[in-house]
Amino acid sequence: MTATALKEPSVSGSPSGAAARDQRGRRPGRIRRTGLPYLLLLPALVLELLVHLVPMVIGIVMSFKELTQFYIRDWGTAPWAGLGNYRVSVDFDAPVGEALLHSFFVTVGFTVLSVGLCWLIGTAAAVLMQDTFRGRGLLRALFLVPYALPVYAAVITWVFMFQHDNGLVNHVLHDQLHLTDQPSFWLIGDNSFYALLTVSVWKGWPFAFLIVMAGLQNIPRELYEAAALDGAGMWQQIRRITLPSLRPVNQVLVLVLFLWTFNDFNTPYVLFGKAAPEAADLVSVHIYQASFVTWNFGTGSAMSVLLLLFLLVVTGVYLALTSRGRRTADV
Amino acid sequence: MSEAQRLRSPMAPPSSFLWSRRILLTLLTGFVLVPVYVMVSSSLKPLADVTGRFRWLPSGLTIRPYIDIWSTVPLAHYFLNSLIVAGTATVCSVVIAVFAAYAVSRYSFRGKRVFTVTVLSTQMFPGILFLLPLFLLYVNIGNATGIALFGSRGGLILTYLTFSLPFSIWMLIGYFDSVPRDLDEAALVDGCGPLGALLRIVVPAAIPGIVAVAVYAFMTAWGEVLFASVMTDDTTRTLAVGLQGYSTLNDVYWNQIMAASLVVSVPVVAGFLLLQRYLVAGLTAGAVK
Repeated sequence: MTATALKEPSVSGSPSGAAARDQRGRRPGRIRRTGLPYLLLLPALVLELLVHLVPMVIGIVMSFKELTQFYIRDWGTAPWAGLGNYRVSVDFDAPVGEALLHSFFVTVGFTVLSVGLCWLIGTAAAVLMQDTFRGRGLLRALFLVPYALPVYAAVITWVFMFQHDNGLVNHVLHDQLHLTDQPSFWLIGDNSFYALLTVSVWKGWPFAFLIVMAGLQNIPRELYEAAALDGAGMWQQIRRITLPSLRPVNQVLVLVLFLWTFNDFNTPYVLFGKAAPEAADLVSVHIYQASFVTWNFGTGSAMSVLLLLFLLVVTGVYLALTSRGRRTADV
Repeated sequence: MSEAQRLRSPMAPPSSFLWSRRILLTLLTGFVLVPVYVMVSSSLKPLADVTGRFRWLPSGLTIRPYIDIWSTVPLAHYFLNSLIVAGTATVCSVVIAVFAAYAVSRYSFRGKRVFTVTVLSTQMFPGILFLLPLFLLYVNIGNATGIALFGSRGGLILTYLTFSLPFSIWMLIGYFDSVPRDLDEAALVDGCGPLGALLRIVVPAAIPGIVAVAVYAFMTAWGEVLFASVMTDDTTRTLAVGLQGYSTLNDVYWNQIMAASLVVSVPVVAGFLLLQRYLVAGLTAGAVK
């Protein structure tokens, strides 16, 4: 995909080709200067190439090299490793591969739960707040606060709340409700998974809320009027009109939530620091750890490429499945 | 929010609906508010209150943490760095996105679909994948040309503005599409060039979308941690990294951490809440259409 993407815009610069296309355009008379659109796109294209696509290609090259700290200064001279880095990454019987596989499963579980909860809470809140009631505007602003807060400020507050001795969570669960025999550790050990999930949902659901809220405004009012005339109650209207009308919005929303959550680095990094506990070892942090702490960029790159391939496959399958029966123009 | 939307149903909602709404919204309010309360109340507590067992109510209120935060770490310096980086990245990102979205919205040209798909698909890349190569690329460009990208604000600005570009372009395309073409065609007939039509007709008509995109770009740059932690040094450190300075000392000054978190949050949260109606309007007209 990226290879064609890189090639296409550069070969398409010929004015004759663009002119030929204009004839088939919707309203051909409008195009006066065929070079202009390319000029307008140029800054965006150059920057995306510089910061995303070129580094990505370099990353793929690096994944085939034995790029340890000795070669960082002049990484071109690092010896080729063939598929060595990949072999190390997917050798699930050896420690490196086993840790990566574990991290992958943790990330999948975490992502599914987080996206599901964010979507569910966001949609429920948006649908319930579709009609006006007293305090609605205030509540809406309040619900958007977790999304508006800078990640590190929000997550650092949660770090404080999850502290063993002086945190709010243990104070409520242990001191006040007496639910646990001992104050628990939240940021190390198995509990860290739930801590991470809580923070992720707290930060993430308002985005779903925001998008669904915007989507709701595009549902024509006549649909509800007609349904009401036919005697459909509130719940029926939600089930038969609101939720089906949100399908196109949901298709994009769930994908975006999935990609952001799966690749999330900021939340676990601020929550746990450089070394995440095993139970909450998300793959982004895992790769960061593998690259910058051990200075083995080759293996880190190989892991990143594998991650990208996985995301490409999932996205492709997802779009194919959810677009079935829908006009592609909607996407 | 239009009147029509509010009076959606001519019937009064059933009580089952009203009760679910009350219960769910109350629970959500609690969930959202507890950390906010912890942040605000702890920032006003004396140190003893935040080192011992958690207290819902402070033993006494003090504004001491708000004074100390500026000397414990060079917070003002980080603040300035973040402001420069996020501000510049936002302005550049919005201008570039406006041009690109105008091209896609108003012209048909070869490679258009490839362009939009490519730009959007960069959203999918794990940051970690291009962090390492970008780090090396910046170092090497620096060695070869003397342009310091690594460790400089410029490098960070360049990086951040590409983070918000894809979403901004995507949203503005939708927004520009909703501005009637007859308007800018009339301007073209009146002798404006294409850029004149863009600046005088399309941009003013799309202000809500542009504001929304600017808010998004600023928030993205203000909150990013991963690249900031690798690509900055002592002089260019931003808040995202600098705020961690409070916790690496021997004592953890939780009251100061909360005060500093609040201080760095206020500009973005206030801006966001003031402009959120534009964001919803922008999303409605653009992205989710």
